[in-house]
Amino acid sequence: MSDRKHVDEVTGIETTGHVWDDDLRELNKPLPKWWVYVLYASILWSIGYWIVYPAWPLATDYTRGIWGYSQRQVVADQVAAAKAAQGDLRKAIGEAELSAIKSDQRLLNFAMAGGNAAFGDNCAPCHGRGAQGFKGYPNLNDDDWIWGGTLDEIHATIAHGIRNSDENSRQNAMPRFGLDQILTREEINDVTSHVIALSGGTADAASAGRGETIYADQCASCHGEKGEGSRELGAPRLNDAIWLYGDAREDIVQSIVTGRGGVMPAWNTRLDDVTVKQLAIYVHSLGGGE
Amino acid sequence: MSGSGKRPVAPEAYIIDPVGPQGSVGGKGQAATASAGDAAPGVVRHDVEAVNAKDNRELYAARVKVHPKRVRGTFRNLKWAMMIVALGIYYLLPWLRWDRGPSLPDQAFLMDFANQRLFFGPLEIWAQEFYYVTGILVVSALGLFLVTALAGRVWCGYACPQTVWTDLFVSVERFIQGDRNARLRLEKAPWTFDKAWKISVTHAIWLLISLATGGALVFYFRDAPTLAGEFVSGTAPYIAYVFLGVFTLSTYLLGGLAREQVCIYMCPWPRIQGAMFDDHSLLVSYRAYRGEPRGPHKKGDTWEGRGDCIDCKQCVVVCPMGIDIRDGPQLECIQCALCIDACNEIMTKVGRPANLIAYDTVHRLESKGRGEEAKLHLVRPRTLLYMVLIPIVLALMTYGWLNRSELDVSVLRDRNPLFVKLSDGGVRNGYTIKILNKRHETRRFAISLEGPLEGVTPAMEIIGLEGGEPVAEVVPDNLRALRVFISVPREALARLQDDTSAITFVVRDLGDGNETRRETTFRSPTR
Ligand code: SF4
Ligand code: SF4
Repeated sequence: MSDRKHVDEVTGIETTGHVWDDDLRELNKPLPKWWVYVLYASILWSIGYWIVYPAWPLATDYTRGIWGYSQRQVVADQVAAAKAAQGDLRKAIGEAELSAIKSDQRLLNFAMAGGNAAFGDNCAPCHGRGAQGFKGYPNLNDDDWIWGGTLDEIHATIAHGIRNSDENSRQNAMPRFGLDQILTREEINDVTSHVIALSGGTADAASAGRGETIYADQCASCHGEKGEGSRELGAPRLNDAIWLYGDAREDIVQSIVTGRGGVMPAWNTRLDDVTVKQLAIYVHSLGGGE
Repeated sequence: MSGSGKRPVAPEAYIIDPVGPQGSVGGKGQAATASAGDAAPGVVRHDVEAVNAKDNRELYAARVKVHPKRVRGTFRNLKWAMMIVALGIYYLLPWLRWDRGPSLPDQAFLMDFANQRLFFGPLEIWAQEFYYVTGILVVSALGLFLVTALAGRVWCGYACPQTVWTDLFVSVERFIQGDRNARLRLEKAPWTFDKAWKISVTHAIWLLISLATGGALVFYFRDAPTLAGEFVSGTAPYIAYVFLGVFTLSTYLLGGLAREQVCIYMCPWPRIQGAMFDDHSLLVSYRAYRGEPRGPHKKGDTWEGRGDCIDCKQCVVVCPMGIDIRDGPQLECIQCALCIDACNEIMTKVGRPANLIAYDTVHRLESKGRGEEAKLHLVRPRTLLYMVLIPIVLALMTYGWLNRSELDVSVLRDRNPLFVKLSDGGVRNGYTIKILNKRHETRRFAISLEGPLEGVTPAMEIIGLEGGEPVAEVVPDNLRALRVFISVPREALARLQDDTSAITFVVRDLGDGNETRRETTFRSPTR
């Protein structure tokens, strides 16, 4: 690098003084002035920004800016505003009978949307996103209801849950026929055959025949003479094709041995009344509502 | 040169026009430069250089402001006419009405984004039919190719909005500040009250025109009379104001300030047009065979042994692009033909035949240069192709339009769960059927199911239509979504061939009996 200004002969333009490979030089073509000023303006702008808005993290706090702006507060306000905007609809749903909601197209749409969202947040982990259920967790799309499938019955189930400490919760318990040694292995085997036959499956006739008496003694009081079930007691129908814990012989044996019993939370302790109503409407509409 | 990084070109090269030491411009800037003798009364010679003169070309050059001089003649009149027609159409179109019956907008040309529909007179394009717009664009493109193949960038010279508005802005400038020479003088003059008011009034009028331009454009997107009322009362939607601002500003920037820069640097068309015309396209051309050798000419001198061009540079000073057509065909030339008008005026004055500059083809120029005559070849394979393609595309579009369905049916199968087992052992699938009625009347549709489920008759239940006939009513211009459940009883399940069976929904319009079929599947557990 020389101190002298070097001017390129061909173009008559000053070079930067950088030289490569002996004679390769770089023309000094600075950025257009306006461009440089835009850069300076952006720097000034950002300094102003630091002063006005929250910007720098500190050890325990952050610089709050002089406008007191807080994104968190903005979101909270927006959420509150959105809630307030839904106020009328929520109020109407809170006051209306479930059946009235269902026949009002406007309320129904709102309830379905809210129910769908609440279902995804609260119910889907057990019942699945499509309410299709899993082993031990009922499919809510089908037409089989252990505790009843009308709007009010579904609402009661959601609000108070099943086998929890809520005083209105659905309560019942199936005896642990195997674990508590009420029935022997053979008896359990026989009554299983009978139950399979009840639901139209194929089972050893002799075994099923022996099981029939055991069924009449031990099971019929809850599940009914013909396995028609009882909604009051929450005893599932046995003479249909839907099996909460599976329709294989070993699934049924295990149910009798351990006396299964799933638990569902009382949602009225976690969700507000309006949301529970929306959920009832939504679940009822899934296709199996009665 | 100095180290400022500027080009090493003598600044004198930029001094345009006879406002310099050797001649002042008297009267309305039309006087002759008095010296070697005049070519003819009223012929002014201009000391000017084309902005893109060959030996001055640089990759990066500062802009030289172009001040086109006023010109009179056939093509200038044609341009005025085009401007009136184009602006007239632009401003009036949103105010035309078209009766489409109640509940629909009656604006003939409306881009109704809120309802996702475009209305072009009798045409009505729904969002899902946007491909018609593609058709319109294809025809427009072919039209553009055709005129370009015939006569180069004529679109640019006469019809392009950039040209129309720039022309308008330049005439405003001329009205306030005077013609070319006066404007050049004003530009160089120190700031005085006179200069200040002239410049500010010019810009104020430009902004007003821009505002009117932007204002007219927003009328295409919302019922014009309503929106006009809302603008007056200040209750228009804020987005209308935003777009009004954007359109106003862009018109002012592009038409008023950027002008020829848009045509030369921003617009892609000059780059593409090179492939669109050929040796047989009519382009604004300088007939060098007739004009050269050029040179000043004094009245009474002989024309023997010289060309007709008296090098007066009228053609350069009237050019809105600031170029010299005598340098040959150039990217910058927008084929506005103003240089033809300018030169013809000169030719008349010096008593030579007109059309030294004219619409001509490269082929003819070359032949003439060799002393041969050549014909125009306007009908060539490429122009023929365009002329054939345009009616074909139009016919296709018309066919498509006449057979356009006024009904859209879609069937969506539930995926989660794929199927539901029922307590009687049967299996049920859920579907959502969407019926879109594009007619302006209520229609009733009967929904039924077609096998082949191998002799199985599934039960169909439609939520909302339970009990009665499976007939759905859809109100005009609307969509109705129906939840449909199809169940196959347990005994029939075994007769299904597969866990996926094809079924078809039939939606029959009870009005005209037309049936629309949609195939889908019925899923059951694998056995
Ligand atoms: S071509 Fe015509 S207008 Fe242009 S310099 Fe020659 S004589 Fe003048
Ligand atoms: S050269 Fe002639 S035709 Fe081309 S832009 Fe200039 S005035 Fe128009």
